[in-house]
Amino acid sequence: MNVELRPVKTPAELALSASYADARARLPGKGAVAELREDAFRRFETRGLPHRRVEQWKYTDLRALLRDSYPLAALPDAAARAHAKNAGQVLTGVDRRRLVFVDGAFAPELSDLTEEEGLTIGSLADALAKADPLVMAHVGKVFATEDVGVALNTALMGDGAVIRIAAGVTPQRPIHLIFAAGSETPSSAFVRSLIVIEKGAKAAIIESHDGGDSQVNSALELVVGDDTQVDYVKITQGRALHIASLLATVGARAKFNSFAFTGDAALVRNQNFIRFAGENTKAAIRGVSLLRGRDHVDNTLLIEHAAPHCESREQFRSVLDGESHAVFQGKIVVQPHAQKTDAKMLTRALLLSDNAEADNKPELEIFADDVVCGHGATAGALDPGLKFYLMSRGISEKESEALLIEAFIDETIEEIAHEGIRDALKFAALKWLGSRG
Amino acid sequence: MPLLEIKNLHVEVEGKKILNGLTLTIKKGQVAAIMGPNGSGKSTLAYVLAGKANYHVTEGDVLLDGASILEMKPDERAAKGVFLAFQYPVEVPGVATMTFLRTALNAQRKTRGEGELSTPEFMKLVRDTSAHLGVNQEMLRRPVNVGFSGGEKKRNEILQMAILRPRLAVLDETDSGLDIDALQIVAEGVNRLRSPERSMIVITHYQRLLNFIVPDVVHVLAKGRVVKTGGKELALELEAKGYAQYVDEAA
Repeated sequence: MNVELRPVKTPAELALSASYADARARLPGKGAVAELREDAFRRFETRGLPHRRVEQWKYTDLRALLRDSYPLAALPDAAARAHAKNAGQVLTGVDRRRLVFVDGAFAPELSDLTEEEGLTIGSLADALAKADPLVMAHVGKVFATEDVGVALNTALMGDGAVIRIAAGVTPQRPIHLIFAAGSETPSSAFVRSLIVIEKGAKAAIIESHDGGDSQVNSALELVVGDDTQVDYVKITQGRALHIASLLATVGARAKFNSFAFTGDAALVRNQNFIRFAGENTKAAIRGVSLLRGRDHVDNTLLIEHAAPHCESREQFRSVLDGESHAVFQGKIVVQPHAQKTDAKMLTRALLLSDNAEADNKPELEIFADDVVCGHGATAGALDPGLKFYLMSRGISEKESEALLIEAFIDETIEEIAHEGIRDALKFAALKWLGSRG
Repeated sequence: MPLLEIKNLHVEVEGKKILNGLTLTIKKGQVAAIMGPNGSGKSTLAYVLAGKANYHVTEGDVLLDGASILEMKPDERAAKGVFLAFQYPVEVPGVATMTFLRTALNAQRKTRGEGELSTPEFMKLVRDTSAHLGVNQEMLRRPVNVGFSGGEKKRNEILQMAILRPRLAVLDETDSGLDIDALQIVAEGVNRLRSPERSMIVITHYQRLLNFIVPDVVHVLAKGRVVKTGGKELALELEAKGYAQYVDEAA
């Protein structure tokens, strides 16, 4: 007899079910979209919130962490919009196209919608409501996963960006999706974006989140075409409970770089589902997390090499102070025909406090026989030998530590191709260091 | 007043006694060689002077200008003019040599209540100093000691010494791992810094270095204390006869 035991539902699970029941009639999209939502919702109902016995969520027990689910955010009022005006400040000084979302809803009046040839920008809510063909072709299909975080997003997705960059086009400026919290009352937002970058296009995409006491479930479906060059940077700051899923498929001969910067964020789960579906692509998936207090940051990767001759580099670093907790789970799957795959994963945690915890879990699943794959993981305190060397030259203990931590962070940030973004993130890291007690 | 007085110094490292009542005086402007067999406590002395953690002074004192430095942190000692040229300079990934030099110099100046050097002043200082030592711009841009050869690392130590201009320089086996050409460059760099205002402790196992850096005085260390003091000819005598007699005497 095979009986699936379901524990009593938690208040958060009950609240999520209630939110869905209440909102389903007015969530954007009918027909196929409504079916997609139903299907995803059933996945959540069957499994419940992921918990520590679900391997992929082992170190981020969402069932325990999510005590209550906040009500869905209302459409932002004038006050909320005004509040959101300053979001995305970390990149002040970088010339970019700002697209602003307040409590999950697109705010065109705060966004830069200047027309540009080969670039189409719209809102997901609109696209779902009118069954836009681009969205219908891709939504829920870019990377199939049973993950419950993604399922909840699909069931409750409200708004987000829909961007298409036509073949061969290079937008003049980086495109910056700014997700801001505007409301003063605790609320939850389910944002979903779709970005399609067609053959030969070159684009820099930035996604930033900064929010107060809110819950954000964000998903980005990213279709990266053949011969493209794409730099994707995600910046997460703020006190929200934040779950983000990147669902990406990368075509042939592409150069794909992603970078996740997380600093001073209360609870973040960045899960990256990335498939290399075409040959001869080179990719770098990197990230830096700066944690203190009781911050919890989880970077989880599922990298699938589904085509031969691709190269991927995964490199994540975290700096932990206080009683913070950093998690890195990196799984690289090499499919049987993905010969000549070259994948190297490296994760390093720098522990500044005895009470901080870093969990590193690299995994390789290799089904092809002619590949080069490797992984490494380290966790440790600042090297006392290095500190002594610096201090023996007259540099104070605090400044020596700052110099060494900065160097540790910068070695990864240095890899960001865009100079302005790179400098802005270095500065953000310096600010974090400077405010260290 | 002598620059440095080491009085009856006893030091333990991880519960093991290394220095055993070491007494030594260094006059202003004096270059003193410290020679001794392996395990005699030469490097321990260097680290204790620089203030490395886990070197426990159980008895005695170290006075700089008549005041004890034992309670001072390494950076405070550096600002007072103590400099250690490491036997094994460490690699500091991610910190450019130039940034390192500048941070160190300005930190010391700040502690001493002197103003920071302007960028052009600093650049000129580094340019003038590095040329003599065969340290090029490329090396200055690279992270401290990362990928440097043994000789480059030692030259970088002397460059730091030349920029920081200490009053007491401790050179810990600066000759180890150097071929004769590299040794000459390093020794010339050191000799250029000899001055009545600067004292040096040159720690070495071999006499060879002292052909290039000629000491005013030679101290022989065995079993953690000074067992003989003499002129530069003492080094030659050691080279001929070895350390055996002193090791037996100290036992």
